Amino acid sequence: MLRDGVAYFSSLKPVLLWTDALVFMLVAVIAAFAVYARGKEYLRAPWRKVFASRGGMVAAVVIAVYAAVALLDSVHFREPLENKGAEGETFYTVEVISLLDLALGPLRDQVEKTYSAPFATHLYAKETVELPDGSSARIFPRLQYGGAHLEDPLRDKAGDILYRSLSGAGAGLLWWVVLSGVFVWGMARRAGEPFRATLRKVLSGETAIPWHAMLYTAGFFLVLTGMIASLAGYYHIFGTDKVGQDVLYQAIKSVRTALVIGTLTTLVMLPFALLFGLMAGYLRGWVDDLIQYLYTTLNSIPGILLIASAILMLQVYIDTHPDLFETDAARADMRLLFLCIILGVTSWTGLCRLLRGETMKMRAAEFVQAASAFGVRHSRIMSRHLLPNVMHIVLITVVLDFSGLVLAEAVLSYVGVGVDPSMNSWGNMINGARLEMARDPMVWWSLLAAFVFMFVLVLAANLFSDAVRDAFDPRTHSK
Amino acid sequence: MSEILLSVRGLSTHFLTQGGVVRAVDDVSFDIRRGETFALLGESGCGKSMTSLSIMRLVPEPAGRIVAGEIHLDGQNLMDLPEAGMRRIRGNRIAMIFQEPMTSLNPVLTIGEQIAETVRQHRRLDGAAARGVVLDLLDAVGIPDPRQRYGEYPHQLSGGMKQRVMIAIALAGEPDLLIADEPTTALDVTIQAQVLALLGDLQKQTGMAVLLITHDLGVVAGMADSVAVMYAGQIIERAGKEAFFRDPRHPYSRKLFDSLPDVGKRGHQLAVIHGAVPSLAREFKGCRFAERCDEAWDLCHEQAPRWYDQEGGRQVRCHLLDPTLAARRPASHAAPRDGTGQAQPCREHGQAPLLEVENIKVHFPIRKGLLKRTVGHVYAVDGVNLSIARGRTVALVGESGCGKTTIGKAILQLIRPSAGSVRFEGDELTRLRGEALRRRRSDFQIIFQDPFSSMNPRMMIDEIIQEGMVALGIEKDAAARRSRVEELLDHVGLPREARHRYPHEFSGGQRQRICIARTLAVRPKLIVCDEPTSALDISVQAQILNLLKQLQNELGLSYLFITHNLSVVGYLADEVAVMYLGRVVEYGTVQEVLEQPRHPYTQALLSAIPVIDQTTRREVIRLEGDLPSPSSPPSGCHFHTRCPHAMPVCSQRYPQSTALSDTHRAHCFLYGDEE
Repeated sequence: MLRDGVAYFSSLKPVLLWTDALVFMLVAVIAAFAVYARGKEYLRAPWRKVFASRGGMVAAVVIAVYAAVALLDSVHFREPLENKGAEGETFYTVEVISLLDLALGPLRDQVEKTYSAPFATHLYAKETVELPDGSSARIFPRLQYGGAHLEDPLRDKAGDILYRSLSGAGAGLLWWVVLSGVFVWGMARRAGEPFRATLRKVLSGETAIPWHAMLYTAGFFLVLTGMIASLAGYYHIFGTDKVGQDVLYQAIKSVRTALVIGTLTTLVMLPFALLFGLMAGYLRGWVDDLIQYLYTTLNSIPGILLIASAILMLQVYIDTHPDLFETDAARADMRLLFLCIILGVTSWTGLCRLLRGETMKMRAAEFVQAASAFGVRHSRIMSRHLLPNVMHIVLITVVLDFSGLVLAEAVLSYVGVGVDPSMNSWGNMINGARLEMARDPMVWWSLLAAFVFMFVLVLAANLFSDAVRDAFDPRTHSK
Repeated sequence: MSEILLSVRGLSTHFLTQGGVVRAVDDVSFDIRRGETFALLGESGCGKSMTSLSIMRLVPEPAGRIVAGEIHLDGQNLMDLPEAGMRRIRGNRIAMIFQEPMTSLNPVLTIGEQIAETVRQHRRLDGAAARGVVLDLLDAVGIPDPRQRYGEYPHQLSGGMKQRVMIAIALAGEPDLLIADEPTTALDVTIQAQVLALLGDLQKQTGMAVLLITHDLGVVAGMADSVAVMYAGQIIERAGKEAFFRDPRHPYSRKLFDSLPDVGKRGHQLAVIHGAVPSLAREFKGCRFAERCDEAWDLCHEQAPRWYDQEGGRQVRCHLLDPTLAARRPASHAAPRDGTGQAQPCREHGQAPLLEVENIKVHFPIRKGLLKRTVGHVYAVDGVNLSIARGRTVALVGESGCGKTTIGKAILQLIRPSAGSVRFEGDELTRLRGEALRRRRSDFQIIFQDPFSSMNPRMMIDEIIQEGMVALGIEKDAAARRSRVEELLDHVGLPREARHRYPHEFSGGQRQRICIARTLAVRPKLIVCDEPTSALDISVQAQILNLLKQLQNELGLSYLFITHNLSVVGYLADEVAVMYLGRVVEYGTVQEVLEQPRHPYTQALLSAIPVIDQTTRREVIRLEGDLPSPSSPPSGCHFHTRCPHAMPVCSQRYPQSTALSDTHRAHCFLYGDEE
């Protein structure tokens, strides 16, 4: 079996999309920053405060779950086709899939004909079916996969769902106990304490980092995952959409889109905001005038107009150069990347203005003057003296902006200038729901699924950003 | 009515912080008699402001709490009053003025309204009657043209005027006790003299008592009737003013006097109190001053001293005053650890000037409108000549806003002068640009006033000290730089481990030492010291002054010492330049300027300084008004608007320099005009 697995993976053709590369680069940057920050007390101190905040850490666990999903969904490859070419060369499917798709196998493959409600065993629309006796009737036919194992859905469904969710929850609980046991054991070993003492400390919340709250959150997710895992093979938990695709699968696949928009946009925006903000505030004079004019002008153009025109132009370019993109996924990915870039270009002005003000205040500080008296170069003054002292503003802004960007994606996709229609995203799901809500009987589950997933992420991001702001904002420090 | 107005007994105020309980005020007792001025003297962080807030029951809750004690005002215990009752006491019976007049007034209300508010509250007057009272009050605190000022906003007034408004608000309730918390610390000496004189006059007229909180021995000497010295949350000495100044008894009080710089101590090291004020977050077992006391012995560290009554009703908290205990004191401690030992006499260096500044001008354009047209200039520095020889100290003295800091920065080319020449060892600095200027930067350096903002909080001490060496390429080798950092830390008296710490871990005095080490790292020949000690406590100031003096002797440094503190000038400087509104009005050796000041401004400045020794006190020449704006200086002699000797010619043209001796020059028509 292991050999099969290895053989399968070695037969795959890895595909590195642009956004994948940038996502992994971002992960590397964050890891590098963490290593760097370990050595700097002034960087560690506020983070310790973040780690000590219960709400912040619970939110961090939620975000980590989303991030794990997004990372799994960022390892892309193409499967080989069965039939080889004339010279034995391998052909690959045009469909690009990710590790997440492999993990969600049944969800992806079990496609129904059209709409079906959550946990339904029958389609949501009547069809004319030919009965075994030769006559035809308009009935709600049974689903191909959802509840297909039940002999009499009316009689068995409730009990089956209950049994499966309980057994799934039990499995999740078991996993949680084993994993947290291993975790606490590791902690005990590092601290050189007996296991029981560490366990007692963790459970009563006496640790510096609120591990108990984090473990309970992780437990909640494990139980939930267990339930979903045991149900998903047999039911469509969030129903299916117009073409019969599982809505839960779409919602999970949308996580990556949202996170990519929320983080990569920041990555695009930061260099502009940092460089221009610091230069305007420190160098003053004509540089300041120029940068101010630039961002005032940019700010006075409606952002949506700029984004719409840029995206539409890009779409025309993509459509006229089909040869540049090997797969559909690459095309959708290019549009996603471009959306990040254009969002970044239109959103750096706010942070830039904040940084300019803060830098102007700081350039009069005596330590900056002392550095000039030593003949320290402008570039070094900006990077060594000013940048570290405005970093808290950058961090607070970035974390606060994240949830705004996730919501912006939904709005843009709804308007039609967001991500590619073929790409899974909450915005596209909501956009689709526009028609479904007007239908009778109403199809509400797409909207609900998108809403639940987005709400949890945005709430967690906001809670986390509150914790970060409390820790980093110098005004909240008590001396 | 008894003679005692306010009686504080066993007052303790604690603060709960992350670092534990801070005993800001710990068992403080004192009495204030009717009509007297009671001074509470102490360094920053000793709990004197918290004592006054406790009396007003204004301790910031819930972090702070009055945990014990009684405060009797006319026999009524204020601690028993409910908050509503306390509101009738505040303002009516006890009023308060604060150190910072700039932030104590509401910027969006006119000053008339702000005073009227208090009048309405406490005298139940309204409309025209209230307005009349306000005008009377404004008149009483010496604000000219009260009708005009009534409708003005705080930003239209100068600092001294704002403090007068604060006093008017405090007086509105006709209080029996006025608590003045460092009322003049934020003001210039000439303005300080005005405000102190006003307080004295008002006290005579109204018969109110004043609780004066200050760190300035001079202010105490001028104003107080009785004195209490506070240290680390406790009062350690109580005495009448005369007795206290004649003969301070507690070792801390004595050291405070010894560590004050003045002309008489030139060439000697100042006495220093080692270390810094202890943290109030810890438990004290013995005497709180024991760690810094030269005369402490084992007992002092173990047992807290009780009050010892002395003659004339004075009390001191020190074991030395108990004859039975003092007799048991080991003899070896009798000699001070290091006292007022003779410093090395200042080596006379060659007289070739290191720095020559000629007719330097710094004008800042005032821009207005869309196109930012220049509509005028701020004449921050307007034609100043200076020269500093090797190994000498020139002091630049003046009130805030006179342009003395700007000169320092213009010499270092941190601000480019608008005109004039700055020659350093013959090189014209104003013409140097870019790389050529950078190469010379190691020769002249600057030490700033505020040791808290002059170091990047994000850098370690090691990096901070190395920065100049790296930027100027002084030591190319990293190992050599490291050993140089250690050498420098030794030199300024800090442990070598300090390298791996961040600035916030050090006290103000230690930070100033680090700043000095940083400038020394590039081996400068000239250091501009911009008020290096004015943010520090007296005892720490002495440490830094000693260090500066010692470094000058060892390394032959020249200092341009910018300050408003004339006693520091007398102690440290060789020559003095007195500045007024961007120009030097008098220049000479320390003896000439401090002992025979000729320019009326210098005379007024010197007379305004509160002095400790009341017998040598000159008559105060009270300057009227404030420093004029440097964007539109008065015509002719800038000083003529405030000068007691002003003549018609003074308003017509600026007086040329008059040589009074080889080294002494003044710009004043009183001594003839050589052109």
